[in-house]
Amino acid sequence: MKRVIQDVFQFYFQGFKNMTLGRNLWMIILLKLAILYLVLKLFFFPDLLKSNFKTDEQRSNHVIEQLTK
Amino acid sequence: MQNIDFSLVDWSRAQFALTAMYHWLFVPLTLGLSFIIAFMETLYVRTGDPEWKRITKYWMTIFGINFAIGVATGIILEFEFGTNWSNYSWFVGDIFGAPLAIEGIMAFFLESTFIAVMFFGWNKVSKKFHLLSTWLVAFGSNLSALWILVANGWMQYPAGMKFNPDTARNEMVNFWEVLFSPVAINKFLHTISSGYVLASVFVIGISAWYLLKNREHQFAKRSIVIAAVFGLITSAFVILTGDGSARNMAKYQPMKFAAMENLYVGQQNAPLVAIGILKADEQELAHKKQDFRFTIEIPNMLSYMAFLDPNAYVPGIKDLVHGNPEHHIISYQERSEKGKIAIQSLAAYKNARKAGNDSVAKTALASFEANYANFGYGYYAGRDVHELIPSVATTFYSFRIMVGLGIHFGALFLVVLLLTLKNKIEKKRFILYTALWSIPLAYIASELGWVVAEAGRQPWVIQDILPTIAAVSQISSASVQITFWMFFLLFTGLLIAEIRIMTTQIRKGPEPLTPEAKNSPKTLITKKSSHD
Repeated sequence: MKRVIQDVFQFYFQGFKNMTLGRNLWMIILLKLAILYLVLKLFFFPDLLKSNFKTDEQRSNHVIEQLTK
Repeated sequence: MQNIDFSLVDWSRAQFALTAMYHWLFVPLTLGLSFIIAFMETLYVRTGDPEWKRITKYWMTIFGINFAIGVATGIILEFEFGTNWSNYSWFVGDIFGAPLAIEGIMAFFLESTFIAVMFFGWNKVSKKFHLLSTWLVAFGSNLSALWILVANGWMQYPAGMKFNPDTARNEMVNFWEVLFSPVAINKFLHTISSGYVLASVFVIGISAWYLLKNREHQFAKRSIVIAAVFGLITSAFVILTGDGSARNMAKYQPMKFAAMENLYVGQQNAPLVAIGILKADEQELAHKKQDFRFTIEIPNMLSYMAFLDPNAYVPGIKDLVHGNPEHHIISYQERSEKGKIAIQSLAAYKNARKAGNDSVAKTALASFEANYANFGYGYYAGRDVHELIPSVATTFYSFRIMVGLGIHFGALFLVVLLLTLKNKIEKKRFILYTALWSIPLAYIASELGWVVAEAGRQPWVIQDILPTIAAVSQISSASVQITFWMFFLLFTGLLIAEIRIMTTQIRKGPEPLTPEAKNSPKTLITKKSSHD
């Protein structure tokens, strides 16, 4: 079992280590995820119902109020 | 719902359209190229020819670039659900929850694990296991598209759910009805097969560029043959599933169908307008009625396309808006009145429950359930019901351009395949240029497919149940505008990055064969037969 885990680790480790173009692509992926989660999600895209109400009952009351006003 | 901020609705829609369309720039190539690579690698494993390995590895790099740039761009849509479309997000919660959770788990295990083997596993795992991983990546990425398309299909035809008035949420009562709804399945098959066509055009176009540059002849011709055969087969599938989409539309979304055909007055033996130019009727602007300046029609074809019967009656926009008792079509006016009763009954039910008045709650619930099928129309009570007609010109032209380009791609696949098999493709520079310039056309056709599907079903977010005006969150229109431009910049940046990295890689070309591979008996046999 230990051997299998070591082999799998080595497989990924060597794979990442020997990347050429992949390094740039991973940089783009990480930068993109950082912008998405640390900027956009955090500052511009709150989950309105989750942040404005504490319980599901309050959320459903709010939505029904919105839908029936 | 009397004071609607149309600026907010329009900007929220524009933002969603922008992000969905940019997201879709990356998806279809992943869907199609994954299978093309799998076929190429299968040939490598079966023949042992190192040239096939070289071809596979090259297209795998292109796949990797597209996958890396495109990955997670769809997450933004989920952000928008929570902020800009919170009413909708709550309203549909359970319907989306299960499919998206399955998508997440499947995508993680299938794609992430086997993509690593695909890229890192050359010469480290056996040829057969590597090939299996490549096929699993292809199936995995296509299967993960299934769930989001099932969710979209549900919005076009909400089957297998029940609205719970206590929680204000739709709850899934039959998962299989949601998964196997005719709209969802057809949508999935049509969408992925259109992705296969796009990927085929892409491979042929890039290969054509190499031939125009007098480079990599064997690589390019082999790539063209695989892509053209794959493109031809999947084009037939696109036609078949497109036909299914039209029938579903005629049955479940007749207004979209009528708008797509600019059919204002319904008729039997309805002809299909193969080519047409619309003429806006200024006097009828409010009714969105448009005549034709010019048409080329196929007699009876629309009736046949819609109901597999050349004599069938196809309702027009006017029939749907004003009703047609002869064909049992109730008017939008009547539907909006029923919808208004449903909305009022929901409010009455909620108030009665709060007051503990069970008998009033029971009556209100019965009234709500009796009129729920028209719930969304209630938001148009007292308004001009012509607001329920989608943009005819957008739907009409998008459909025709998409179909026209689809025919062009089919012809291109056939021509390049025959020319390559006859070994004449290098000399046909016009065809090679056409193939190259068909790449942007494939993206246009793919995006227009979504325009037909989504702009054509306006004003509905969920067909007949929830219109955009009720689905949108009451937030500041200015904040939506700011994030619209932020997304525009972010996505444009990603697109520029993709194009730059990809063009650099394409200019670089596939890796040269190693000396061992060059002297491999398989390579020598291939070289000899290509000279013969």
